[in-house]
Amino acid sequence: MDALSAAFSLVAGADARLLQIITLSLRVSFSAVMLSTLLALPLGAVLAVGDFTGRRSLTVIVNGLMGLPSVVVGLLVYLLLSRAGPLGSMGLLFTPTAMIIAQAILVTPLLAALTRQIIADVWREYAEQLSSLGATSSQATATLLWDARYSLLTVLLAGFGRAVAEVGAVMIVGGNIDGVTRVITTTIALETSKGDLPLALALGVILVALVLAINALTFVIGNWAQRRLG
Amino acid sequence: MKDIFPLQLTDVGFAPDGVSLLHDVQLRIADGARSVILGANGAGKSVLMRLMHGLLKPSSGSVLWNGNPARPAAQAMVFQRPVMLRRSTLANVEYGLKLLGVPKALRQARAEAALAHVGLAHLAERPARVLSGGEQQRIALARAWALEPRILFLDEPTASLDPSAAREVERIVSDIHQAGATIVMTTHNLGQARRLADEIIFLHQGRITERTPAANFFHQPQSVEAAAYLSGELP
Repeated sequence: MDALSAAFSLVAGADARLLQIITLSLRVSFSAVMLSTLLALPLGAVLAVGDFTGRRSLTVIVNGLMGLPSVVVGLLVYLLLSRAGPLGSMGLLFTPTAMIIAQAILVTPLLAALTRQIIADVWREYAEQLSSLGATSSQATATLLWDARYSLLTVLLAGFGRAVAEVGAVMIVGGNIDGVTRVITTTIALETSKGDLPLALALGVILVALVLAINALTFVIGNWAQRRLG
Repeated sequence: MKDIFPLQLTDVGFAPDGVSLLHDVQLRIADGARSVILGANGAGKSVLMRLMHGLLKPSSGSVLWNGNPARPAAQAMVFQRPVMLRRSTLANVEYGLKLLGVPKALRQARAEAALAHVGLAHLAERPARVLSGGEQQRIALARAWALEPRILFLDEPTASLDPSAAREVERIVSDIHQAGATIVMTTHNLGQARRLADEIIFLHQGRITERTPAANFFHQPQSVEAAAYLSGELP
């Protein structure tokens, strides 16, 4: 109980260390989702609408990679960025940039798979009408992405939720360096093992609140779009 | 500009995965008439319409517009169930114009005029998908009308509508015909066929059995299949 009340006084007092950790977590995961979006949205749309050989196999692979273990992603990015690795000369290992790259790789299959599902559903409904109106496939794709924009926003929130809550990848490529690469999840892991329970608990409460808020926002957006656009 | 008529189907067959849905179709659609395609469920009416409109490619034979295989832009189709984009009513109508390459400055006026023609100007800013089925079908007709098509295809446009909404659709189809569009439609409503058709094209098991002026068809069909259909013996 002492730990718990100490935790709440940390949160209530807006502890500077706590704030720095939270800010980095949000910044890294937000950037990772934005980076991933650039690849995942077009990939998901192409998988939904495209007509090319290997589309089914690629879809199965992308769906399968949704369950990619974050420590494995961390390991792969670590190998890429380590001194002896192919991108070692860039000196990115143990920086927030490395963490952004790792989380972007981690959430890309999730975003692409969810995007594919959403766009495929809208396409099934629109296909004949859009062809009738003479839409080219790039015009049709743009229409589908635009008309599914609110659903896609909830996809991005799901990706953010996954990214902000994962620990394995950022731990490996970030190194959990105090004041540099320490985020909510890695701090919880470290402080718990050190026995500093108040900080770990405070961050745990904040992480849960964050994930709940993301899910509530997803629900609100979905409902609003349904009422607004049908 | 070269005329798109006549639309000529020669020896057209359609057999996806080896199952023949339509065979040996010879059909010439000239400018100006209202043709109604009748036939039992599964006779191939929708397939024939989609082949003419260019949504399907024939397995054999040719579909030519005044001798040209290219699909002309001056055509539109209205489906049994209207597909409304997740946008406002006005944006739904403007969308077709945008694809047609109509300059932005002209789009809104044309779309608003089309909505006024179908009596829905007051719903322009409402999201289209929350409106009733009858209103959505009228939006679909406005979207087609705004394109100023030379030919309009309608696939059972009133099958999901109540009688008053169906009458409204019939009025709009007549207006679009008055405005200069050739009409090709399917229906299961014989009263509607009588009211709208200049001629009847009758399909039976993927084959055209007759093509008769509407004035004669209903009391003097030429083919036994059409006679059986009219007397209610066909499903």
